[in-house]
Amino acid sequence: MPDTLPVPIADGLICPDADGIALFASRERTTNRLCFPARPEDDPRYDRVVLPRTGRVWSWTVQRFRPKSPPYAGPEAFEPYAVGYVELDGALIVEGRLVDVAFDDLAIGMAMRIVPLPFEMTDGTLRTSFGFAPDKGLGA
Amino acid sequence: MSEEVFIVGAGIHPFGRTPGLSGLQQGVFAVRQALERAGLAWRDIQFAFGGSDAAGNADTMVSELGLTGIPFINVSNGCATGGSAMFGAYNTIKSGEFDLGLAVGFDKHPRGSFSPLPADWGLPDWYGETGLMLTTQFFAMKIQRYMSLYGITAHTLGAVAEKAFANGVLTDHAWRREAVDIDTILHSQMVSDPLTKFMFCSPGEGAVALLLASGRKARELGLPTVRLRAAAVRTRPAGSFEVFSPALDLERGGSPTSVASQAAYDMAGVGPEDIDIAQLQDTEAGAEIMHMAENGFCADGEQAAWIAEGRTRIDGSLPVNTDGGCLACGEPIGASGLRQVYENYMQLIGQAGARQAPGKLRLGYSHVYGAPGVSAVAIVER
Repeated sequence: MPDTLPVPIADGLICPDADGIALFASRERTTNRLCFPARPEDDPRYDRVVLPRTGRVWSWTVQRFRPKSPPYAGPEAFEPYAVGYVELDGALIVEGRLVDVAFDDLAIGMAMRIVPLPFEMTDGTLRTSFGFAPDKGLGA
Repeated sequence: MSEEVFIVGAGIHPFGRTPGLSGLQQGVFAVRQALERAGLAWRDIQFAFGGSDAAGNADTMVSELGLTGIPFINVSNGCATGGSAMFGAYNTIKSGEFDLGLAVGFDKHPRGSFSPLPADWGLPDWYGETGLMLTTQFFAMKIQRYMSLYGITAHTLGAVAEKAFANGVLTDHAWRREAVDIDTILHSQMVSDPLTKFMFCSPGEGAVALLLASGRKARELGLPTVRLRAAAVRTRPAGSFEVFSPALDLERGGSPTSVASQAAYDMAGVGPEDIDIAQLQDTEAGAEIMHMAENGFCADGEQAAWIAEGRTRIDGSLPVNTDGGCLACGEPIGASGLRQVYENYMQLIGQAGARQAPGKLRLGYSHVYGAPGVSAVAIVER
């Protein structure tokens, strides 16, 4: 992960990488089933894996009111944000914020890529979370 | 052979907001009303199952109802609390152990959306901290995908909400008792696209009590009864799409509703085509639409035509949510599933007043759904 990014919002969530980020997940050894978030690294029933970085929007919505705190830990000042499930190529359908896209342009099937998302906590500190942005490379 | 089970009485505390009464007191009100309507006394009741999600321990009601020493089982099962209380009472009668008992559910939630904590749901804190843990988002994304797959439009969502408020006008226990026209619904504040403010129900208050009896006891009492043909509670199968899911399997599967529904049809020995009236979980307008298919009443996508033709109105071929459902009554979690059974009971015995569905009603179907993926279905027969 580029050293300019703040610390991750949780351990075992975001995989450091030279070109950005990816997400950790776990593969159950007996069934090969993937799960996210990843299980604790010392759980002998699972292998730690890294999820694909690209996929397509499976569904989406816009969060138009500030969620209650707790559990929400974002700033008091609120701007609506898009949320979606992205079907990561051949792996899992993962929920996250959808960024760098106008709400009116959101559509099921859009090509997306995982990106680091600076997240401001209520106390003003910054953490690195993740989001999905349109994947211009695919021209979709 | 196991005992047949009948509902022989029912009471309700009106849903909405009642500042002067606790949730428990509303529960006591519902129990007293059920007893009074049935001409029974608290000392006649041999056992009880009851619960709330956020308003206290049901068994403390005995302080007000009477210290008769009966077994009173507290039920805490999230959104299926009421359904689980009835499931417990149903099986207790069916086993032959007792022949007259109570299922009661009540609640009193603060204003605004629910605010769950990730740890209580086995999830990491970041999921809640970053603003992903909202039931409203889940319902919005489930219907958003469904609309895209099956050609449902916002107009159909609006028509479902319009019907709910129209039915609420006719319902004395409803919270929202004013009609809202479809244009107002469609153009009200967007909460979570594609769902507007008037398409969502709100957490609220209320209480419902049902009296259950064995066949022998029901005949002895000579009251208007419905037979409880099925009571099924099921949790989620692999590949379902549920509230509070950070990720979903690529391989998609059924839902707790489809599984509970099938179990209930099997128990009752009937199919969706036999049902005369249905109360379906309508946390938001899209949920009613999707649950019509998940409970087997129509194929995916047929809802647009069904609703346009008015088939789910009170005077339609399959009236759905005749008391306005959660949209008009609000959602006090512990009471909500029992309200649906209450409504079917009142409809089947012909006591539903201004909202009475016409014609002979034989089979009533009710379905409650909630986090983290649980459904309860009951089928009653007059």
